[in-house]
Amino acid sequence: MVIGLETHVELATKTKIFCSCSTEFGGEPNTHCCPVCTGQPGSLPVMNERVVEYAVTAGLATNCQVNRVSKMDRKHYVYPDLPKAYQISQYDVPICEHGYIELDSGKKVRITRIHMEEDAGKLVHLGEEILIDYNRGGVPLIEIVTEPDIRSGEEAVEYLEKLQGIMRTAGVSDCRMQEGSLRCDVNLSLRRAGTEELGTRTEVKNLNSFTAVLTAINYEAQRQRDILEKGGHVVQETLHFDSDTGTTVNMRGKENADDYRYFPEPDIINIVLRQDALERLKARLPEMPAQKCRRYVGELGVAEADAKLLSKYKAVSDYFERAAAMTESPRTAAAFMVTQMFSRITTEAERESWDPPVTSEMLGELLKLLDGGKVSRNVAKRVFDEMLDTGKPCTAFLSKEDLEGLDEAALTSMCRDAIAQNEKSVSDYKAGKEKAIKAILGSVMRASRGRANAIEAERILKELLNG
Amino acid sequence: MKYVTDMKAAAGKTVAVDDTILVKGVPATAGSKMLESFVPLFDAEAVTRLQSAGYTVSGKSNVGEFGLDVMGETSYFGPVTGENGSLRGAAAALVADGDADFALCTDLDGAPRRAAAAENIVFIKPTYGTVSRYGVIPCACSGEQIGVMAKTAAGAAELLSVIAGHDDKDGTSLPEKHYDYTASADVSGLRVGVCADYCGRASQETAEKVRAAAASLGVCEDVSDGRLMLARPAWRILLAGETCNNLSRYDGVKFGFRAEGYKNIDELYTMSRTQAFTLLTKMTILYGSDVLSKGRYDTCYDRSLRVRRVLRNAADELFGKYDVLAMPGCSKTAYTAEELGDSIDAVYAESLFTAFASILGLPAVTVGGIQLVADSMNDELLLSAAAALERR
Repeated sequence: MVIGLETHVELATKTKIFCSCSTEFGGEPNTHCCPVCTGQPGSLPVMNERVVEYAVTAGLATNCQVNRVSKMDRKHYVYPDLPKAYQISQYDVPICEHGYIELDSGKKVRITRIHMEEDAGKLVHLGEEILIDYNRGGVPLIEIVTEPDIRSGEEAVEYLEKLQGIMRTAGVSDCRMQEGSLRCDVNLSLRRAGTEELGTRTEVKNLNSFTAVLTAINYEAQRQRDILEKGGHVVQETLHFDSDTGTTVNMRGKENADDYRYFPEPDIINIVLRQDALERLKARLPEMPAQKCRRYVGELGVAEADAKLLSKYKAVSDYFERAAAMTESPRTAAAFMVTQMFSRITTEAERESWDPPVTSEMLGELLKLLDGGKVSRNVAKRVFDEMLDTGKPCTAFLSKEDLEGLDEAALTSMCRDAIAQNEKSVSDYKAGKEKAIKAILGSVMRASRGRANAIEAERILKELLNG
Repeated sequence: MKYVTDMKAAAGKTVAVDDTILVKGVPATAGSKMLESFVPLFDAEAVTRLQSAGYTVSGKSNVGEFGLDVMGETSYFGPVTGENGSLRGAAAALVADGDADFALCTDLDGAPRRAAAAENIVFIKPTYGTVSRYGVIPCACSGEQIGVMAKTAAGAAELLSVIAGHDDKDGTSLPEKHYDYTASADVSGLRVGVCADYCGRASQETAEKVRAAAASLGVCEDVSDGRLMLARPAWRILLAGETCNNLSRYDGVKFGFRAEGYKNIDELYTMSRTQAFTLLTKMTILYGSDVLSKGRYDTCYDRSLRVRRVLRNAADELFGKYDVLAMPGCSKTAYTAEELGDSIDAVYAESLFTAFASILGLPAVTVGGIQLVADSMNDELLLSAAAALERR
């Protein structure tokens, strides 16, 4: 299976690529429009410099070379969602080229190019009628094109997840697939194992969820395999993925136009990126998730699985780093977050916006107590759950005893009670079954609601039983 | 329509605006059935500027369809003709007859230059990028430019100074904020190159006028440079490609004319465009579609872009030797609608004289029935030379 992806990412600029209309998602149809983004005669596009900065940042974040001089071109196709009947895009000199994204396996998926373009409007089908909403028209996009380096649906999804994390961290896009700010086209062909020659490819357009990407790839690969095994030929065509049936169907209309009659956009002069501007963007580039993950594992001693999750979302990693700075054990901070917070905050959107009831400082305070031996790990866990339930600081759930721990006398008295309540285990222990002491210890821990120091308690129990 | 102003300098002065240039709330048809009902939502930047300087837009002047023709003969509303049956450019006629003090005209490939020559008045197409194209109904965006029609060079300089200057709304607008063309430059001893190749293709009367004018301006000599003959084919290719692309938006769906009786969207497109465009426009679109197509792009469109660079080099050499080039602006001064018809041939024939300034965005002025062309940003010198010719 040989796969190349073309991914459209909507840039998070406040205004559109060639006018000052808002790019906000939603809004009443045709309220974020002006003469420019509705292609009225006499209007002219003016390049939004922010778009260039974002596109360059996206390129730097994916190890691309940035072209210091690039240009815009007109891509001609007639369709009602495109009011000018051409899309302003980039043809032969894209803003960025020759990058890559590294997968967990160490494999590099090469990026051929990243170019800037304007989004089209949206057709709304109402029975017989078709209405057009131009709010999305002119929203800036970058298209990120890979080499045919991907070999499975899973790899495709991993690449997209990595891409999503990188774009979010770079602050270039929110990459919300459900809102269409990340859309993916899959180019897929099959070739015999061990051969180099590529088969005829098909293109599946506009996949808008990871599940759709995976399903479409598996369906399309099987479809092509069936054709080839019967001795048939795959037809090069553009397909649409039907998410209801999980199948691909031929797509008729604009996408099959095979001659876009590209030519340089006369209304926009060449885009020249000055060296100092490029350096400034490089310096401003935040640490990417992969680097962050390596640093969490290597420098902070975080477990690898935890590091991967924490580094994926920018808001999460910021939160983690603030909490980790307050404790001697960042590893524990990571473990607390992953086991207790991620089990409560489960959706992509929630994790991305990351607004838990407990602040990173509140978690840090709790971890400080743990560091100082003021509370046991078990108490800390229980308290953290209560904090997450209520949004209150740890002090609200810790009694004087919790904080001071149990003194020798109190612990000894608890141990005596436990011995009295566990006759069977006591006799087992005395008969030589050393493990039976664990049951008695469990009883002490329960009675102390986890406050007891287990090692101390076991020592006392042994003294009492052996004495 | 009248706009109330309180500016004394411009008080009472009227400007006719070509129908390819937008005035808010007033239909802008570009001389086409396609845009018969198109009412723009905003003013062209040049219109905004002249109004805020106290000039009055006194009306819209008729143009040939999208300004693509020789002298208005393809207008959906009919051409303007003089008493002898010859064609008159509407804007030029308004200014020549004293019905407007000035006119703003879009110059794609010389229609207003020809019209001014026919009326023996002045038209300047300024350096590309000095006057904002915001609010010009687009055809050949890489070369089209708003210019000023006036009775005298001084008048053209006055209004051009008002409308020129950087505009953030036009991405190809030059950075200079203001221009003042009203001071007259010293034109004594002007070095004038007479473009012999172009003179040889115009009527004898026109060629003689060019030589006489050049001689009276300063030191003149004949120039022959084979590269100049490439301007026409290259500009016609670029113009057609850009026009084809720019006119694609008129599909009967969003603005302008929509045919009746269509059965599906393809018929809606085809019928609307077939019924609304004239033959000249259709031919330009087909020609443009061809030169941009996959098999032809490299040998047609891209080659023309390269020719533009060759011509730029030629211009550098010529303007190193001469301050201005003198040439005919058209083959003759009187045309009839019958002889031109609505074919592309007549337009192509006239483009010989106008394409050089169009493809390079050079300033060009029509004065005394001839054309003077200078290097980019030498508009002031050009207007001073035109004024000198008027005094002669």
